Amino acid sequence: MLKLNFQKRLNQYLLDIKASFQNEIIILFGPSGSGKTTTLNCIAGLSHPDSGIIELNGQLLFEERSKVPVQKRRMGYLFQDYALFPHMTVQKNIQYGSNDNELAQQLTEVVGIQHLMDSYPHQISGGEKQRVALARALATKPRVLLLDEPFSSLDQSTKNQCHQELMRLHQMWQIPIILVTHDKEEARKLGDRIFPIDQGKLGSPDDFW
Amino acid sequence: MLTMSYSPLFLSLKIAAIATLLVFIAGVLLARVISRNLFPGKSILESIFLLPLVLPPTVVGFGLLYLFGKNGILGKWLMDWFGVQVVFSWIGAVIAAVVVSFPLMYQSASAAFQNYDSNVENAALTMGASRLKVFFTISFPLAWPGLLAGTILTFARALGEFGATLMIAGYIPGQTDTIPLAIYFAVESGRMEQAKMWVLIIVALGFSSTLWLNWWTKRNTLSFKSKP
Repeated sequence: MLKLNFQKRLNQYLLDIKASFQNEIIILFGPSGSGKTTTLNCIAGLSHPDSGIIELNGQLLFEERSKVPVQKRRMGYLFQDYALFPHMTVQKNIQYGSNDNELAQQLTEVVGIQHLMDSYPHQISGGEKQRVALARALATKPRVLLLDEPFSSLDQSTKNQCHQELMRLHQMWQIPIILVTHDKEEARKLGDRIFPIDQGKLGSPDDFW
Repeated sequence: MLTMSYSPLFLSLKIAAIATLLVFIAGVLLARVISRNLFPGKSILESIFLLPLVLPPTVVGFGLLYLFGKNGILGKWLMDWFGVQVVFSWIGAVIAAVVVSFPLMYQSASAAFQNYDSNVENAALTMGASRLKVFFTISFPLAWPGLLAGTILTFARALGEFGATLMIAGYIPGQTDTIPLAIYFAVESGRMEQAKMWVLIIVALGFSSTLWLNWWTKRNTLSFKSKP
């Protein structure tokens, strides 16, 4: 279980997040600049709250005096623009954080990118990049998967395929998946629970409906 | 018939090579640390780094004399502790070359480290990579085209350094007579043939390095262009 109870002062408002998540697909739904990405960054350890706690399965990842560094948190993070390493092949990208070749192999089969292993990111399409980034994030056996508007630059049919894939992976993986989006339809389709977020305030799932 | 010593060529290459190595290390480290962080005084610090680019070389030379002269703070310290004399030695020429070429390396490196999506570094961190691993496997290779451009410019600038070198290292044949100094003193003493020879050599060196750089940059910037 992932427990969040933290505050962070941002330029325009105070980010105030209180929630706890099970092994479910959680949607953070809100407009641009509402604090969604900062929330993911705080969970991943790329930036830190000013106060509060972040706890995962009983382990404190953040409290004011002790912070588990980003490298030790084991969070899979899929960035909005995928952030694939442009100078490495797909295979090198996926194996960057893990020596487990068997898992890497299995993941590439699950997301269907075996034929791309020797390609470079600039040689593959947006949907393929998205799959590679997903396989790469899962290759490190993350305890939570964070997705920052992962489907926003894909066309509708690729988007639908990726939605199916994500739900299938969640069935297999059973970890909390936190997905940030401002697409209402996507939120409804994927989310077990949907938390609206606006001006740094996390609402309750009831507010969405 | 021309009778001339080749020492200015080898001396120039030695000084430029050592200066380039020092500037490369300092420029890359400082640019990486400073370019992506915001802190108070950043603009002032960067302006100081770039100052040698806009100041007359004689002013840089004057400043170096002040610091490294026999009674200067650093000059006295180096003499007392290491027995090293900077003024009127090739070491002085290296220091002059380092100071005047540093801004070129810093600017190129700074731009190079901001030229790629910073999330690739974040992605590597979330995958468990140490900061050192991220630097050597992600940041450095992605910044490499810009770093190389900076290195070539630094080398060319160090090779051509004249004003500050003259002020701190003087013109001592066989010790501090780099090509630019040799040209000046050859002309001064009416040895035009010798001056022409050095001019040709330094133009050839400068031209071939920038030509190679242009060719290399064109070849390598095409390769990471993304599919739309």
